[in-house]
Amino acid sequence: MTDESRTDDLAEEKRKAVEEAKRKAAELRKAREEKKAEADQEKEAPKEEDADLAKKKAAAAAKAKAAALKKKKELEQAGGADEKAKAAAAARAKAEALKKKREKEAAPGEDTDADLAKKKAVAAAKAKAAALRKKKEQDPDEKAKAVAAAKAKSAALKKKSGTGDDEKAKAVAAAKAKAKAAAAAKAKAKEKEEEPEEVKPSLNQPILDRYLAIIRENLGDDLLEDAYINRLAKDVPTLVAKIDSYFKLAQFLKYNELLAFDYLSETHGTDFETHMEIYNHLYSYQNNQSVALKVKIDREKPVIQSITPLWTGANWPEREAFDLLGIVFEGHPNMTRIMMPDDWVGHPLRKDYEPYDVEV
Amino acid sequence: MIRTEEMLLNVGPQHPSTHGVFRIVLKIDGEVIKEATPVIGYLHRGTEKIAENLQYTQIIPYTDRMDYLAAMTNNYILCHAVETMMAMELPERAEYLRVIVMELGRVASHLVWFGTYLLDIGAMSPFLYAFREREVIINLLNEISGGRLTFNYMRVGGVKWDAPEGWLTKVREFVPYMREQLAGYHDLVTGNEIFMARIKGVGTYSRETALSYSLSGANLRCTGVDWDLRKNEPYSIYDRFNFDVPVFHEGDALARYKCRMGEIEEALKIVEQAAAQIPEEGAIMAKVPRIIKPPAGETYVRIESPRGEIGCYIASKGKKEPYRLKFRRPSFYNLQILPELLEGENISNLIAILGGIDIVLGEVDG
Repeated sequence: MTDESRTDDLAEEKRKAVEEAKRKAAELRKAREEKKAEADQEKEAPKEEDADLAKKKAAAAAKAKAAALKKKKELEQAGGADEKAKAAAAARAKAEALKKKREKEAAPGEDTDADLAKKKAVAAAKAKAAALRKKKEQDPDEKAKAVAAAKAKSAALKKKSGTGDDEKAKAVAAAKAKAKAAAAAKAKAKEKEEEPEEVKPSLNQPILDRYLAIIRENLGDDLLEDAYINRLAKDVPTLVAKIDSYFKLAQFLKYNELLAFDYLSETHGTDFETHMEIYNHLYSYQNNQSVALKVKIDREKPVIQSITPLWTGANWPEREAFDLLGIVFEGHPNMTRIMMPDDWVGHPLRKDYEPYDVEV
Repeated sequence: MIRTEEMLLNVGPQHPSTHGVFRIVLKIDGEVIKEATPVIGYLHRGTEKIAENLQYTQIIPYTDRMDYLAAMTNNYILCHAVETMMAMELPERAEYLRVIVMELGRVASHLVWFGTYLLDIGAMSPFLYAFREREVIINLLNEISGGRLTFNYMRVGGVKWDAPEGWLTKVREFVPYMREQLAGYHDLVTGNEIFMARIKGVGTYSRETALSYSLSGANLRCTGVDWDLRKNEPYSIYDRFNFDVPVFHEGDALARYKCRMGEIEEALKIVEQAAAQIPEEGAIMAKVPRIIKPPAGETYVRIESPRGEIGCYIASKGKKEPYRLKFRRPSFYNLQILPELLEGENISNLIAILGGIDIVLGEVDG
């Protein structure tokens, strides 16, 4: 086999592994949701294990290093200078995977593989959530990194809880973890590049601060769930209202003389699976300023006050949101379907929508 | 004694003067409209749902089919949203080509409106002239993109095709030709007494109503709101061109007519300047990753289409498909005011008012 075709094989294997890992991660995510309640009680468990098994882990790490070195050599033979970096990342990931495996093997007998996997997944998810929470200011790379890491972890775990005893399975697991680690490393590198830009506050920050000051002065502190600059949307100041104060806040934004958002540019809903969300883009012709007003709604009971009494132009868009997402707007003059026929079953833009057809 | 009673009259969805599959149910008393209920959705194709399973480049052809009279601006809004998320810089030549095709599209779109509106209210020949000139533009756009109406011309990061040899010369020659024809239109129509009497004071609304109804484009500018996103929130390279925004204060169908005719002239100014400034050589695509994956987060951008403010919202989870894609379609928003305008009007003004709003049903229904 030539060197070139070997590298190609490696790349192909990596790609396959990534796909596999993604699929598995999705499965895990589902299981995680079901076991959320259970998980809350068991949140200390993984930590204790960590302490107990530090010794074994160290041994595993050493082994992994040796394995990584071997792998690195192989890769070097295969040629390609940039392969080195990847190999290093792979080694790290491999070590991680091995570590996890040892942990699992040493775990008490009554814990089944499935239980453990779930626990780990929960821990990973928690870490992910914490990382996300930390990054209030939208930072996609950090998020991507956290997600990639969590995925790699869960993918490795999933693999372990399966059969995975023979050499082949091990190799596949390693490849998977390797791919994930590479992605994480890449994300990290990218983040580093963008860091100085991130430090600089947005030009719209004073505008947002002004909005917040006016709102606080007149309506108090507890109206907003969040307020930030959305850097991906041309730095538009974004307010996330609490569900109960949404209409009050919208009313204030329109009628306050200092804010005077007299134009509704856009309103629509989105199904984020965990919740529904209304997004409004408002504009003030007096101040030549924009603001995005968002509100999160319970997905099981999607009811929200209509803003059509404030901006007549919200009439049809709110009907559209009702039609396609099933969000009910209280106080709307004509809450009926607008796009789909009146006898249509379901709301097509919901993520769990299943088409209903009498003829099938 | 003459006794009148209320009658239900159904117009559309296959009525030629509704410019597509638009239906309106009228409650009339004699010839006076008591209540009007628009019924839409006949052309709803679920673009936003389909897009959730497509990569960004694959969505572009679907945008062509929303506002099919000015597809270039639709192409642009999607690409612009993705480029905004990815903080992408475009090559100069690509920006200029985009502006030229968008403004040509604006002229073509207004020509269709001009022709069909006059046809609606009873003048046959302007329609033939307008479509003759529009054909020249369509041919130009066909030459550069390979499509007459559904161009699929722009890509995230630039444009698909460079201008063919001699194309820019043809564009430069088109501008004076179009100006000459436009002067002819004004002679033929704008000064015409019958025309003036027909649409002056028809479908009048105030500035406050226009803002409250989220109207945009000529429907907003006819009430005295000096607002054009090309000027007020410049995107692309519009800040490099000299052009005016036609604004009128009467708020009636005639003011909307004047706005749109003025916009043709201004669009021609932009085309002329862009065709003069465009760099001779250069890349037409920025360096774009093979698979486009905007970072996780959400964006909303808006630009000025011939019909008004077209916007695009993308919620991304960092994948190659959008998690949620939403277009703010100007025709959809503009059409909302119709029941209010029709109430108490004579039925003979129905078409004059509806035509004046300038809707495209592909865009209304999404």
